[in-house]
Amino acid sequence: MSNPVQPNEADWYEASARERIDGLLDPKSFVEFLGPEQRAVSPHLAQFDLTGAFDDGIVVGRGRLDGQEVFVAAQEGRFLGGAFGEVHGAKLVGILRAARDGANNDGPRAVLLLLDTGGVRLQEANAGELAISEIVDAVVKVRSAGIPILALVGGRAGAFGGGGIITACCSRIVVSEHARVSVSGPEVIEINKGVEEFDSRDRALVWRVCGARTRYLTGGADRYVKGSIRDFREAALALIRNAPSFDLVTLVAEQQRLMERLQRFGDCRDAPDIWRKMGLPEPERIAELDDDAFLAIRTKGADHDAR
Amino acid sequence: MEQFQVRGTTERRAGGNRDRAVIGVNASGNLEVLVERVLPDSECLVDVATAVTGFGRIWEAVIQEFLERTSPGGLKFSINDGGARPDTVTLRLLQSVRLMEDEA
Amino acid sequence: MTLDEVLAALFPAGHEVVRGPSGTLHGTGTVEGQGKITVVGIVGGTPLGVDGAILLSGHVLSVVKADQHEPIVVLIDTASQNMARRDELMGLNEYLAHLAKSLALAAANGHRTVSVLYGHAAAGALIATALSAQSLVALPGAEPSVMDLPSISRVTKLPLDQLKELSKSTPIFAPGIEPLFATGAVTEFWGRDQPFANRLAALLREPPLTSDQRDRTGLTRRGRLLARKIADQVAEEARAHA
Repeated sequence: MSNPVQPNEADWYEASARERIDGLLDPKSFVEFLGPEQRAVSPHLAQFDLTGAFDDGIVVGRGRLDGQEVFVAAQEGRFLGGAFGEVHGAKLVGILRAARDGANNDGPRAVLLLLDTGGVRLQEANAGELAISEIVDAVVKVRSAGIPILALVGGRAGAFGGGGIITACCSRIVVSEHARVSVSGPEVIEINKGVEEFDSRDRALVWRVCGARTRYLTGGADRYVKGSIRDFREAALALIRNAPSFDLVTLVAEQQRLMERLQRFGDCRDAPDIWRKMGLPEPERIAELDDDAFLAIRTKGADHDAR
Repeated sequence: MEQFQVRGTTERRAGGNRDRAVIGVNASGNLEVLVERVLPDSECLVDVATAVTGFGRIWEAVIQEFLERTSPGGLKFSINDGGARPDTVTLRLLQSVRLMEDEA
Repeated sequence: MTLDEVLAALFPAGHEVVRGPSGTLHGTGTVEGQGKITVVGIVGGTPLGVDGAILLSGHVLSVVKADQHEPIVVLIDTASQNMARRDELMGLNEYLAHLAKSLALAAANGHRTVSVLYGHAAAGALIATALSAQSLVALPGAEPSVMDLPSISRVTKLPLDQLKELSKSTPIFAPGIEPLFATGAVTEFWGRDQPFANRLAALLREPPLTSDQRDRTGLTRRGRLLARKIADQVAEEARAHA
């Protein structure tokens, strides 16, 4: 092989969960916990005639980010849509509890959640739903111990359902253009409320409503990066240094921020209506700009510590 | 769903000093391969789980061809298949052996 | 049970609860041994959207600010999260997360939190309300779910009859009180013959919970045989590698 792409120059979207970890962390620093050779697989898939994954679709472990100890969890978005099942969810709960337990000794400097999920795995719906609630609880406890948790979203599945909720519980959120962060999926909204409410086949609409650029410009994400693994690494390193603490002050500020968003934009029907009210140039074109042009847009008040 | 094994005898031990490797994803048109250095040098084994039934003979042929080509003595290959085409199966198996030949 | 029946049964010594916009309510109820406790809720089968969520979190945070450490009861008869373009455009995930975080903060700050589910709650609304309290009490008529069986059937491509049959042998996916009790989500179920006020007083007298034991409960009740073990295994490997 000549001139192989360096692991961290590779595209986040195209990479597997393992490749993302490999490119994100310092070379050869990753140690996996409960790896595939231990075959912690889902016992619930066979009855649905489904084959599984040896790691149940999530990779967890520890490694170094520019020399700093971090714990990592990366979902494989292409396995059953990266959805939360019993084992999958429990692995994430376990790594978070390990971070909290280590906080007073040589605990990690940060936790990185490489989320790529459609939400709960329906074949294991109750276990998935409970896991999400347990993860929210564990994220809060880790943050309360002073350890920042970063959500990194840019894969095929996005961060839907409970994944969207977990994302917004994290200290900081990094997104790339491919990311969607949402609760209900577009198809579910269309089935329940009709195509007028949401045409789920209109990809541009999906990205205007749920996509990374909207999240970033409205304060729903802290960093918007171009798509390489290195871009995510650089953003993670910067954001670890100034993550908001989990306390009353932060949540009161978030309450204010979220209320103001509704007051200012609550009657907007689509993203360009928001950009118009924000006074951004050429609102109808923002979705089509390339990343460099998009990043050149300066917005007031999108940066905040209220998360 | 089908689960079956294909065994082989090999002339030589698979190179490298890695204990295990994993490649691929169980997704549509793809497969996950976990390879472990756990068998005697003269043996190899491929363990397949697939949701696509009725292609046993093609699997057998693809795997035998791979075993003859690479003679991966000592290696056990475990596969979770998502409906991959034969050439993708061959590709992943070759990739997995290459990973094992890398330095640990 | 109707909301009035639930309020009367929980707080026979009195309650002052006000209905707000978007199906919300807030106020106080008197509990023996506790005095006046905080009551918030989402009722009337109203889906939980950005408007309801921000009101509820506002009430919870006001209580935390007042720093009186009284218990908080969350009354729930909602639906799923509000499925609408506007809510997603506004970033519904942040509003639901903020509500979950606010309830978690309250618990961490000494407020015993108890969710009382007497009607529907599904998916994201279930996570942000019922599952975000330290204890989840289910009353007669409670209908928790992640997704209804016909929708699960459509997505998983398993015929509905087969799903119903399967749900008799495993609580891992089906809606309803029993599977959610078995998997550890529901702390207690109070039947019609139970004196709710006494049960609530007893629950609030228990020492505060310092850690999430739902996966352990799921193991004991045999609804989730792996979750606790897997989480413990990962934590153990992390410790061993320190």
